[in-house]
Amino acid sequence: MGKTAVEKIFSNKSGIDAYAGDYVISTLDYIMINDITGPIAIDAFNSIGKKPVKDKIVIIPDHFVPPKDINSAIQYKKVKDFALNNGIDNFFDLGQGGVCHQVMMEKGFAAPGRLIAGADSHTNTYGALSSISVGIGSTEAGVIFATGKMWFKVPETIKININGKLNKGVEGKDVALHVLSKTGHDGATYKCMEFSGSSIDDLEINERMTIANMTTEAGAKCSFFNTDDRTINYLKNRVRGDYNIVSSDDDAVYESTINIDAEEIEPSVAIPNSPANVSPLSAVNVEIDQAYIGSCTNGRIEDIRKAAEILKNHTVNRKVRLMVVPASQEVYNQALSEGLIDIIVQAGGYFSGTTCGACLGGYMGVLGPNEVCISSTNRNFIGRMGDKTSKVYLANPKVVAASAILGRIGSPEEI
Amino acid sequence: MLSEIKGKVWVLGDDVDTDAIIPAKYLVTSDPEELSKHFMEYNDPELAKKIGKGDIIVAGKNFGSGSSREHAVITIKGLGVSCIIAENFARIFFRNAINLGMPLIEAKIGVKNGDRITINFNESKIYYMDKFQEFKKYPDFLKNIINEGGLINYVRDNQW
Repeated sequence: MGKTAVEKIFSNKSGIDAYAGDYVISTLDYIMINDITGPIAIDAFNSIGKKPVKDKIVIIPDHFVPPKDINSAIQYKKVKDFALNNGIDNFFDLGQGGVCHQVMMEKGFAAPGRLIAGADSHTNTYGALSSISVGIGSTEAGVIFATGKMWFKVPETIKININGKLNKGVEGKDVALHVLSKTGHDGATYKCMEFSGSSIDDLEINERMTIANMTTEAGAKCSFFNTDDRTINYLKNRVRGDYNIVSSDDDAVYESTINIDAEEIEPSVAIPNSPANVSPLSAVNVEIDQAYIGSCTNGRIEDIRKAAEILKNHTVNRKVRLMVVPASQEVYNQALSEGLIDIIVQAGGYFSGTTCGACLGGYMGVLGPNEVCISSTNRNFIGRMGDKTSKVYLANPKVVAASAILGRIGSPEEI
Repeated sequence: MLSEIKGKVWVLGDDVDTDAIIPAKYLVTSDPEELSKHFMEYNDPELAKKIGKGDIIVAGKNFGSGSSREHAVITIKGLGVSCIIAENFARIFFRNAINLGMPLIEAKIGVKNGDRITINFNESKIYYMDKFQEFKKYPDFLKNIINEGGLINYVRDNQW
């Protein structure tokens, strides 16, 4: 019987002939923690009383870094001290790292055929680079520190075929939102979402990362994209060590298949309070207080280039604050050298250092009562970015930039 | 061995996400008592005070969706909740609960706040009002982790 890519990778990593539904104990290639999930993982690890499997551990403080208050400084210090005291080489401190998932990809940890766990729900993102990467909790991250292994249930796979030429103005984010409108917020719970088809082949790696990232919002355990020239190009000069290209067999068994015609995908907006509550952009007319570009979903250099292209020679609406927060130090440095920061600040935008910050309502752009934000991030739950009466609309970075100029949610075509 | 839980229920809806269970602004600590004060406070600021030790949460579908924050389970454990029953659970929440030794049951039962129910794990049945509802047994692998009180004890006692 044929296997899906995820069944093959779990088989390789557990040493048994595994299929969907099997419980396996698998060896991880890497385990990643951040400053929020890390302290609990470290306590769990310490209570086991073993030596850490150093080479597999990656520590990337990002959520409340630079620290927003004394308590977050204590958490940050705890993961930093753990890394330094245990000789963890893969520690990316302020100034070298960024949002954990972006760093995991740009520093070459994510690669085809690898099994990676991260104590953060958006770990799904590295499926864009043909890894099986799963979000897990903190206690189990601490167990992986000690053992290098973890229990998993091998997931079924939903195949998503998208064929045809994407419409003008449609980005990876719109593809992700369209897929969410089909699956709902829990339609892929426990499952792997595997993407294929000519539209996917045509998408650049950064757009695939956005789609992979948002599979978390359908409840998926992981995502998977096949390896192609774009993947190999991205990995060049980044990837650490060897990797193993894996793909699903022709006779693999899928839980279900969703076929999408690229023509049916429009520029879209997720309406509060669910990322799966999707509307065509053309049907949304809402005034905004804040426009936010950043996060592991859409804070990459390509996203900042798109924003700068729209903002060039325009001014941010005086009712609106535009915040642009790069997903990593590398993205920041690139934006600086390309002159993008200059364009954004000339337009009246605020450009900051990298952090998860306001995406999760932490700091650096928290919303007040009844405020409305258009955001390139991944979640719009009640109170996600601030007060429980505030509202978050999710869209692609071009729409966010255009909306910042317009003062309401609108299309780049209007600029 | 977990055999029986009796308690008073608190009924919650569908898609209770981790930002609702414990908003991110409180993730500056992992202290169960401190976190538990803020359980579902955006929905009902008084709820955390009303839930007592040994009470049972009964929810709809996709309980615990959203973030990987283990704080969501720690918050509920901090309230003293003995078991969570939901139609189904979001996957990281499910893992975190099992790994922290919090019993979860996938079932749909028609109860209201304050009803008293009995969960019999040997029979895999929930008794409520004058009715009962069967639920699916855990696979042995997960049962062993729960019976050991969580993953830490399990890996201390078992070689992987």
